[in-house]
Amino acid sequence: MTATAIEEPTLAGNAEPVALTQWQLFRRRFFKHKVAVVSVVILILFTIACFAAPLIAPFSNTDQDLLLGAVKPNATHWFGTDTLGRDQLTRLLYAGQISLKIGFAVALIATVFGTAVGAIAGYFGRSVEQALMRFTDLFLVVPALAILAIALKHFGRTDTVVILVLATLFWMYVARVVRGQVLSLKEKEFIEAARASGASRTRIIVRHVIPNIIGPIMVNATLAVAAAIITESTLSFLGLGIQPPDTSWGNMLSDAEGFTGTGQSYLLYAPGLAILLTVLCVNFIGDGLRDAFDPQSEKH
Amino acid sequence: MLTYISRRALYSIPVILIATFLSFWAVRSTFDPTAKVRVSRTGARAAEQIRVRLHLHDSIFEQYGYWLGDAVQGDLGDSERTHEAVGTMMTRAFGNTLQLIGWGVLISALIAVALGVYSATHQYSKLDYTFTGLSFVGLAMPAFWFGLIAIQWLAVWPKETFNLNDPIFYSVGLHSGDQSGMFNLDYVRHLVLPVLTLTVLTIAEWSRFQRASMLDVMSADYIRTARAKGVPRRSVVIRHGLRNALIPLVTVVALDVGALFGGAIITESIFSIDGMGRLFIDSINAGDVQVLTAWVVVTAVFIVAFNLLADVLYGVLDPRIRLS
Repeated sequence: MTATAIEEPTLAGNAEPVALTQWQLFRRRFFKHKVAVVSVVILILFTIACFAAPLIAPFSNTDQDLLLGAVKPNATHWFGTDTLGRDQLTRLLYAGQISLKIGFAVALIATVFGTAVGAIAGYFGRSVEQALMRFTDLFLVVPALAILAIALKHFGRTDTVVILVLATLFWMYVARVVRGQVLSLKEKEFIEAARASGASRTRIIVRHVIPNIIGPIMVNATLAVAAAIITESTLSFLGLGIQPPDTSWGNMLSDAEGFTGTGQSYLLYAPGLAILLTVLCVNFIGDGLRDAFDPQSEKH
Repeated sequence: MLTYISRRALYSIPVILIATFLSFWAVRSTFDPTAKVRVSRTGARAAEQIRVRLHLHDSIFEQYGYWLGDAVQGDLGDSERTHEAVGTMMTRAFGNTLQLIGWGVLISALIAVALGVYSATHQYSKLDYTFTGLSFVGLAMPAFWFGLIAIQWLAVWPKETFNLNDPIFYSVGLHSGDQSGMFNLDYVRHLVLPVLTLTVLTIAEWSRFQRASMLDVMSADYIRTARAKGVPRRSVVIRHGLRNALIPLVTVVALDVGALFGGAIITESIFSIDGMGRLFIDSINAGDVQVLTAWVVVTAVFIVAFNLLADVLYGVLDPRIRLS
């Protein structure tokens, strides 16, 4: 950043040096990452398409056509129909609502909670830190997928429960990162200055610490979105997650599993590609955010 | 060194106790061991017998104490589903899963190191971009979907297209009916697809990690020194570079072995392999409390053990960690 500030006047001759805010610098660097920008566009379009499904889907979500049965992808049914004659494109869009909702909600809850725990642990230190970090360690050693499956059986397999249970297993990654960042940040002079001028601890954490580590937090949030979408689809695929009549992409693949190697194997592709594409976009956005928040990381 | 190891090991004991207690508590509070007998005519009495046998009248802490006491003496109880001893079922399942995980770790590590080193020594080359691109796809790929696609294209498609009697790679189990043993073609043909499914994610993750770690090491001063005094390039890369760049990967691999248990649940379910993953799914669907309890506890111990191994290996390979 200092480099731009020094170089710019010489490059522009006698023109006034242009001062850029952090936000402008961030935006400029993010837009340089073309793949991330394309990913944002695709993800937004995808999300709109899924949530506008009642308006744009070619068929109704509950439509069955038992006489039609399973037909291969064609002009009317772009992704074909399953054995019950349900249009796969329509199902894909409606299933996307659940998959995307779970992905984003889990990331949001896990990030907020993890940031709070990490910031408190890092800022207060000593016994609070010890207790909270040992607690996060515990969550890292339990067999996650198994505990998830058991918890879902316990609390019921609805989307709200899936969101809450997944969030309780994802927050500690954010907490660890935030704690590390806070530890190095709290010794800085501007924090000292805030403390000296009498700011309360809450104010220091919320106004001075968090805004300075928003980069790593956002990057971790994208990782959580990706992990949540994949974990949810895995659980639903195994029959341990979202239950019919609700459908996520994982459920669609669970239905399609039996058709592997038969004439209906086309049912396998669309839901899998939907997951792959979504997670790929989310990961690229995370990559772009990392470069934008931390210009030094571009070196590798 | 010994103090370092024993300090780490001692620290793992409370972690194991608490993690296994939480797992135990999760199972016991979710499933009712008496659910199945209560519906029958003599239900009330049978249910009471079970309650007494499993100490269900006591607090959860005491229940855990009793269970642990039996468990360390090798008694994990009997399955309500198959009426077999849980210990026997677990040993059999664990053996099959360990084969999967063992081959998976070995193959992923070899491929990941090769890809990572190549990418780092040929940074920004076409192949480097290709590998990086593929690793992004690998990281975004749901493993179970990859497994289904692999069955479709590597097992079913060649068989139908070339009219073969058997598929080249099998998609069910670890052996054909009349075969057994680990060193024959039949075993390999059964193993290829599940191991491939299990390793997609780890290869993608580890190769990216290895690339970053290798790039880090290769820009160190001692590498420049080695180059300057005329050490051959091959020797710089392997003896000075790779040996140091492997240290962080070893830790990641040991930590990920636990995560591979999750992967095994998926892989075994798709490829009908009689391992820990299948055992878990069958037991959760049947509400088989004794098996589930043993399952989560044994897995938690396994994960903690590998975390400990990661710590110890890190200390062995990098003395700076051990001494700090």
